[in-house]
Amino acid sequence: MNQQRREFLKKAGLGALAGLGAAAGIIPTFALEKTDPSGFPSKPVPGKVRWGMLIDTRNCREGCAECVAACHFTHNVPDFSGTKNEIKWIWKSPYEKAFPTSSLQFPSHDLEEREVLTLCNHCAEPPCTKACPTEATFKRWDGIVSMDYHRCIGCRFCMAACPYGSRSFNWQDPRPGIAEYSKTYPTRERGVVEKCNFCSERLVKGQEPACVEACPGKAITFGDLNDPSSRIRVLLEENETVQRKPELGTLPSVFYII
Amino acid sequence: MIEKALKGNRSYWAWVALLLVCIGIGLSAWGRQMSLGLGVTGMGRDISWGVYIAQFTFLVGVAASAVMVVLPYYLHNQKAFSKIVIVGEFLAVSATVMCMLFILADMGKPQRVLNVLRYPSPHSMVFWDVIVLNGYLLLNLVSGWAVLGAERKGVAPPSWTKALIYLSIPWAFSIHTVTAFLYAGNPGRHLWLTAVLAPRFLASAFAAGTAILILISFILKKTSGFDAGQEARAKLTVLAAYAGVANIFLLGTEFFTAFYSNVPAHMHSLQYLFFGLDGKGQFVPWMWLSLVTGVASVLVLLAPRLRSRTGWLVAACTGLVFSIWIDKGAGLIIGGFIPTPLDEIVVYMPTLTELSVTLGVWAIGLLLLTMLLKVAVAVKTQE
Repeated sequence: MNQQRREFLKKAGLGALAGLGAAAGIIPTFALEKTDPSGFPSKPVPGKVRWGMLIDTRNCREGCAECVAACHFTHNVPDFSGTKNEIKWIWKSPYEKAFPTSSLQFPSHDLEEREVLTLCNHCAEPPCTKACPTEATFKRWDGIVSMDYHRCIGCRFCMAACPYGSRSFNWQDPRPGIAEYSKTYPTRERGVVEKCNFCSERLVKGQEPACVEACPGKAITFGDLNDPSSRIRVLLEENETVQRKPELGTLPSVFYII
Repeated sequence: MIEKALKGNRSYWAWVALLLVCIGIGLSAWGRQMSLGLGVTGMGRDISWGVYIAQFTFLVGVAASAVMVVLPYYLHNQKAFSKIVIVGEFLAVSATVMCMLFILADMGKPQRVLNVLRYPSPHSMVFWDVIVLNGYLLLNLVSGWAVLGAERKGVAPPSWTKALIYLSIPWAFSIHTVTAFLYAGNPGRHLWLTAVLAPRFLASAFAAGTAILILISFILKKTSGFDAGQEARAKLTVLAAYAGVANIFLLGTEFFTAFYSNVPAHMHSLQYLFFGLDGKGQFVPWMWLSLVTGVASVLVLLAPRLRSRTGWLVAACTGLVFSIWIDKGAGLIIGGFIPTPLDEIVVYMPTLTELSVTLGVWAIGLLLLTMLLKVAVAVKTQE
């Protein structure tokens, strides 16, 4: 290759790079620099927060719904009778409904009776954020799958995409369904989707999620999955745990001890 | 040219008036939905898409089917299609407009629709659907209108129309492929999680859309004396028949994969739709009606002696459209949500408000189609 040609190729390459850079600046979505997903592989990454939850179903008391009440009060989740327009952030499901693809041949009586806490899994590979056309639902730097209620167009694509049924839609004005208002979190409007936010508004104040705090049986442990010394990691190390529908590759951040 | 749509006989105006009444009903129902929220529909937490998205899905197919006349006419110089090609393009325009209106009707916050453009998200299939739908609408409207305008003046169409028309051919495939990907990209919905969903969408679109074109050609012949030609209809009939065969075959492959492999998650939705699950089977009679009508219609279309007779042809085309409308315009979308991610069977029943809005959107589409075809026929029959 002669010198001239080499020079030309070098300049052309630089020009193309500059062009791409300019385009990236003008159209941010076309930026070459991609979102850093390093916090979310199957193996933990030290120094990077990935919030997670471990639910010990053995300690979850039958008939108790303190966590549900605390969460729903804290976040002004409305209560409408009937399931059609229902909004729920955290709720109890029978074991075989929470884990429909797990083996259910000859289950123990105890397992059949057991109720399991179900909520948003804050997946490392969330199908909902991929589906959202406006990034109203997005994955935060700390692994929390969050909602921007002001950007949501109410297309409910995220609801179709969520394999866990963890999202609710405000089919009607939620405010008449709120018995007692909490001042810690804003109320929503009709026409937007909502979901568990892992109490991100409490985490910034150094508090634990409301459900964790309210649980009388200490069945819920919350912590940083990337910190090997965190209690959640110690418990994950010591116990056999399962995740919901692991075969879908969503990598949930919520783990269960059955 | 549009002034040609403002001249017509009594029955033309009676038809327009009927559509306007339906649009009025739709608008008032939509007003109710806007003031009270989507809670006035039958949709709920578990079945969060209903009639609106189902109709959108069916109509994307109708829009895509324009390619069945555009492709042979422009790419293979099939002169028989010269009169019907504009009908196909205008059908695509009105079907695409209906698609967009159904999406708008389904949104919780329609006033924020521009957020899709303000925050473009290429990782979302919706982003691509917006691009392909709008692009397809423009391609068909602009090229169809320009070619018709040139014909009216008795001159050759401008050369740039050719480029648009050629572009519209792959674009037609893209609108239905992207729409299929909207569903097929969701890991937790097993009825949709199939690689043949896009081919199935295309096959059903080319069957139902082509059948609609044949029916429109009969309606035009009867109401305006404009005949798209026996040869064009005969060719379209063959296309509809083979697309119908492909559609039934692809449905069969879904059954094979689900039932031979015997994986519960893959079987559940099909079981619910065709046989009922846990004692519930809202769609069972509908799905069997769809299957029987579809197979019977295709058999009629395949038999030369039957399909050459107008009565049989009209019946078979109507049957094919009806069959695919049930399959795609109801079963596929609702069935995708059942069982729910928590393995529950939930029943969906559209409300009167929802059905009225649906009627209104169809009426808007039909009005647009009527006016566009009125112009086309006026230009074509001048010669």
